[in-house]
Amino acid sequence: MNPLQRKEAFRKILSSLISIAFGLLVGAVIVLIVGLVNDNISLKGAWEGIRLIFIGILSTGRNASGTLTWGFNPSSVGNMLFRATPLIMTGLSVALAFKTGLFNIGAPGQYLMGTLATLYIALSIPSGAMPEVIIWLLAFLGGVLAGALWGAIPGLAKAFLNINEVLACIMTNWIAANLVTWAFDVSNLKNMVEGTKSGYIYKTTYGLVDGQYVSGAGVSTLKLGLDKLFPGSQVNGGIIVAILLAIGVYILINKTTLGYELKACGANRHAARYAGIHDKRNIVLSMALSGALAAAGASLYYLSGNTEFFWSTYQSLPAAGFNGIPVALLALNNPIGVIFSALFMAMLDIVGLQLTNLTAYNEYITDVIIAVIVYLSAFSLAIRMFIAGKAKKREAEAEAKAEAEGDDAEGDDAVEPAAEVLKGGDEA
Amino acid sequence: MTFLIQQTLIYAVPLMIVALAGVFAERSGIINLALEGIMIFGAFMGVLFVNLSQNAGWFIQAKADGNWVALQGFEILAMLAAALAGMVFSLLLSFASINLRADQTIGGTALNLMAPALVLFFIRLIANQNTLQMATGDSASWFMIKKTTLGFDKDADLGFIGNTLLHKVYLSTYICIILFVILSVLLYTTRFGLRMRSCGENPQAADSLGINVYKMRYAGVSISGALAGMGGFVYALTTANCTSNGDVAGFGFLALAVMIFGNWKPLNIALASLLFGLFKCIAAAYSSLDINGDGVYMLTQIGISSHVYRLLPYVITLVVLAFTSKGSRAPKAEGIPYDKSTR
Repeated sequence: MNPLQRKEAFRKILSSLISIAFGLLVGAVIVLIVGLVNDNISLKGAWEGIRLIFIGILSTGRNASGTLTWGFNPSSVGNMLFRATPLIMTGLSVALAFKTGLFNIGAPGQYLMGTLATLYIALSIPSGAMPEVIIWLLAFLGGVLAGALWGAIPGLAKAFLNINEVLACIMTNWIAANLVTWAFDVSNLKNMVEGTKSGYIYKTTYGLVDGQYVSGAGVSTLKLGLDKLFPGSQVNGGIIVAILLAIGVYILINKTTLGYELKACGANRHAARYAGIHDKRNIVLSMALSGALAAAGASLYYLSGNTEFFWSTYQSLPAAGFNGIPVALLALNNPIGVIFSALFMAMLDIVGLQLTNLTAYNEYITDVIIAVIVYLSAFSLAIRMFIAGKAKKREAEAEAKAEAEGDDAEGDDAVEPAAEVLKGGDEA
Repeated sequence: MTFLIQQTLIYAVPLMIVALAGVFAERSGIINLALEGIMIFGAFMGVLFVNLSQNAGWFIQAKADGNWVALQGFEILAMLAAALAGMVFSLLLSFASINLRADQTIGGTALNLMAPALVLFFIRLIANQNTLQMATGDSASWFMIKKTTLGFDKDADLGFIGNTLLHKVYLSTYICIILFVILSVLLYTTRFGLRMRSCGENPQAADSLGINVYKMRYAGVSISGALAGMGGFVYALTTANCTSNGDVAGFGFLALAVMIFGNWKPLNIALASLLFGLFKCIAAAYSSLDINGDGVYMLTQIGISSHVYRLLPYVITLVVLAFTSKGSRAPKAEGIPYDKSTR
């Protein structure tokens, strides 16, 4: 990394941190205003809400006298890891597409198709027909394949018909939502055993024994001892799979020829073709890989054994899919960064639950925070320019003091902003 | 048949007006992916306006007196409140994409995430549940126009056209249709419209002729926001019994599909929204739909699953995109931030 790159990377991280800080601040201000306006919430309640927004992950509930207590909460942290798992995958999906110049807003649809294939395979194979590990693997790979195929559709449309991938993705999202509803509607996978759970598909822990679904006869992801580490939480080995896949994507993008070609197509499709790269193949491949990653998130989430799928989903798309967008944006499309930004988003999720459980506020405030962060990411370039401008001003002042000759500095000034615009443009 | 036409109109009208909202933004050069979010926000503010006015005691007397003219005025006021809310909300998009030259698709996505979150946050605080309803009554008893409200006898037969257009209808449907016509004329035959469209096609040329591209784009997105906000409330009023729950069932995205299917032209958009409205209507009322009134439920007998009708609009749009992407009339400069220095 040369100094210029390092400065740029620093600015990028700083702009992400500014977005996060501002998002949290907006959340805190809303909580404060609501606390002041609403008669049911005292100022003390508002102060509790604000503290929970910032450090809710460390909340351990209330003590006997009703004051908030703080400390390491293993179940919160474990649940954060559990919820981060699908977010890492959808974040990787969006980030990989961004790296190759595509905006994959189709992650929700790919996620749904992954859900469909995974649940169908996991629940259709009679238990005992083959080892559990094989069923798990088949279900996982089936989900991934379904997502890859679904992601390839907008890719094909973009490569061969020049259809804007955003529009194609939006259409395929809603087609997926309807297809999945249809497929589950005609299936016999709807949970009939637990009477109170109408509208849900069996958990994968249910297994088919003599044509009947029996709880505990199915498959679930191995805990790998993580449940001992974080007692009382839903965490399982899926998080480790997700982290390994993130590292895999990092290697793919940065260390392989294929990754280089994908990035080249993203930077300039025509230049890449001129250099002998199959641009059309790469666009399709990039979308298919993105789809596979998003679907893998769904597979890991539903194979965990403690989640169930609401099948009549034709009017709504899964939030985990859309939240891949803020995850990728916050991570500046760096696969390793995705792990951390997904953890952050999952933490916000837990914070929301704590708010609902402990105060008069509700979990939707954390969705507002996420939305503010995405909004700021949309003009992260402007923020970065602002930071750069500040830095430059300081440099200029320092130079004026030193009264240097300054012929070098002028040249620098002219080149740097242009380079930034180019880099920013690549990501957008 | 009457039922079919009325239900189709109820679904088609919000689609039509929101698709036109999309056209206004795109014609001025800004991709408005936030239609769904703005609809959700508009629906919430409209319902909140109705709820708060009822709580404040306004129009209660009018309701008691059966003064339906005043009640229709109330409906129009709520529509205006929703439009205003949508316009204000859309300023977030204009500010990001015009002043800060942000990525418009990401900005729009942010608004789509923000609207349901904000709306649900406040609904939960206001109503202690996930749905905000009218304080008293329902939308049918307060706002629906029936034979009897118009002074006809309860058993009077108004003929096919009368039955279809005057009985069990909402004023908002007609207001939206009239607005649609007026605004289409505005966009395609007036000087203002020409100037706005030029900003979506070639903003550099427009600027060189003295048109303020930034102002025009602000105008385009603001009109778009107002229409989408109003469309959201009309959707909530006519199909969701004047309730808001942070969701418009993907109508904003469907409106985007209508706009593309209609190739950014008003007449085509009107027809496309009727077609998509028909699909929505068939999917919703599928098994009880008796088209020619002979007691035979034809659609049930054909046996096509209602899921097919729900799927079709999106599949058709994708296919249409495939065939028309070469001759598309999409504005040329849409999605590109305008930079004065590139003139």
